[in-house]
Amino acid sequence: MNVKRTEELVLAQSEDIVRARQTVRAWMIREGFSLVDQTKMVTAASELARNAVDYGGGGVVLLEQLLEGARAGLRITFTDRGPGIPDLELAQTDGYSTGTGLGMGLGGSRRLVNEFTIASSPGQGTVVTITRWR
Amino acid sequence: MTTPSAGKWAKVLAEDKDAFLEHWLREQKAVISARPDLMVDSELRRESAEFLDLLLAAADEGAAADISAEPWAPSREYLAGISRSRAVQGFTPTETATFVFSLKQPAFALLQAKLKDEAVLLSEVWTFNVLVDKLGLYTTEIFLTSREDIIRRQQAEMLELSTPVVQLWEGILALPLIGTLDSERTQVIMEILLQSIVDRSSGVAIIDITGVPAVDTMVAQNLMKTVAAARLMGAQCIISGIRPQIAQTMVHLGVSFEGVVTTASLADALAHAFRLSNLHVSQAQSRS
Ligand SMILES: Nc1ncnc2c1ncn2[C@@H]1O[C@H](COP(=O)(O)OP(=O)(O)OP(=O)(O)O)[C@@H](O)[C@H]1O
Ligand SMILES: [Mg+2]
Repeated sequence: MNVKRTEELVLAQSEDIVRARQTVRAWMIREGFSLVDQTKMVTAASELARNAVDYGGGGVVLLEQLLEGARAGLRITFTDRGPGIPDLELAQTDGYSTGTGLGMGLGGSRRLVNEFTIASSPGQGTVVTITRWR
Repeated sequence: MTTPSAGKWAKVLAEDKDAFLEHWLREQKAVISARPDLMVDSELRRESAEFLDLLLAAADEGAAADISAEPWAPSREYLAGISRSRAVQGFTPTETATFVFSLKQPAFALLQAKLKDEAVLLSEVWTFNVLVDKLGLYTTEIFLTSREDIIRRQQAEMLELSTPVVQLWEGILALPLIGTLDSERTQVIMEILLQSIVDRSSGVAIIDITGVPAVDTMVAQNLMKTVAAARLMGAQCIISGIRPQIAQTMVHLGVSFEGVVTTASLADALAHAFRLSNLHVSQAQSRS
């Protein structure tokens, strides 16, 4: 697999979530994704960026343009150095929230993308990676 | 009676005013000729001629060193007007300052041709250059302040624009949302909607999200909270403008506007609002 282009953005406050969303949208458009795909990826990115800011105390988001054989894709990685998630399965359960949210962010973004991985260890932070292929 | 360099340059320029004006216009056009979109020839000529008159009149009164002095007030005012209008028209600061700085070249050429004494020539050129530099800086300063004013005004306008509650019919309000719906902005918008429901005693409120690029869990939650609050106040909400890509994304995300009437278009929402308000729309009979 080939990584053709990357871009990294800081996630510290809510304006950064807006910017991350706009950047993801621009990349999806440039990669020729359909309007539905764009909206799905932007929405998933919005969820994960907000989690990184709200629960992870901020972090970074890395965008990567992928090329694997004939297919092109976009991979986005959200990394924070926050408290981590003690129970990953529970956190991904629809409706589970330790805050005031709907608890749909993790489960929902998993359903909006082609590949979803999450890794977290208490005290170390959380890394979530999503990929969408065209 | 005459101080060494009190406006000798001005006499030289005044004697050949027409030729000088033409030369100055050519210099200006060399810089801004790429912008015929911004400036009509005749306008530039009029402004240049008027400013030249003011400049020569001020120099006649003998004050060249201090442009904040009284004799320069008309010139300053005129320049300020030009700077402001060019800031609005979209000129760059350089293009704007060129109006003044481009005086140098033709003035130098003319003074050189007319003043044979080298010492006098040098002193006159120097005096004129200093004056032009000051006027140029003044122009730039006014230009920048005007630009800041414009930006500040636009920002204020945008804040207002982002919360436009419109009354479509008696008892029917619409809130067309445009752009990103995060945190503070959502809060403000929602408060304004709820207040409008009270102020105009409306029974139906249409929230149109055609202009919202993505609906994530937070946006959905905020919208649902608003609908719930409106309901407590006795108003029904309709959420309109749900485009296909938004609908599909919401389904996968697992969020819904449960218990709320939703429509694809604002027109559908209005038709529904009419029904809720017991209003009937019918085509007038043609009289042919
Ligand atoms: N980056 C993170 N660091 C630490 N905890 C997290 C992180 N992301 C998610 N969590 C935990 O997982 C829970 C579930 O997250 P999820 O995004 O699904 O729901 P939510 O953020 O609470 O609400 P919603 O996203 O629906 O607004 C969160 O309440 C939080 O406790
Ligand atoms: Mg979340």
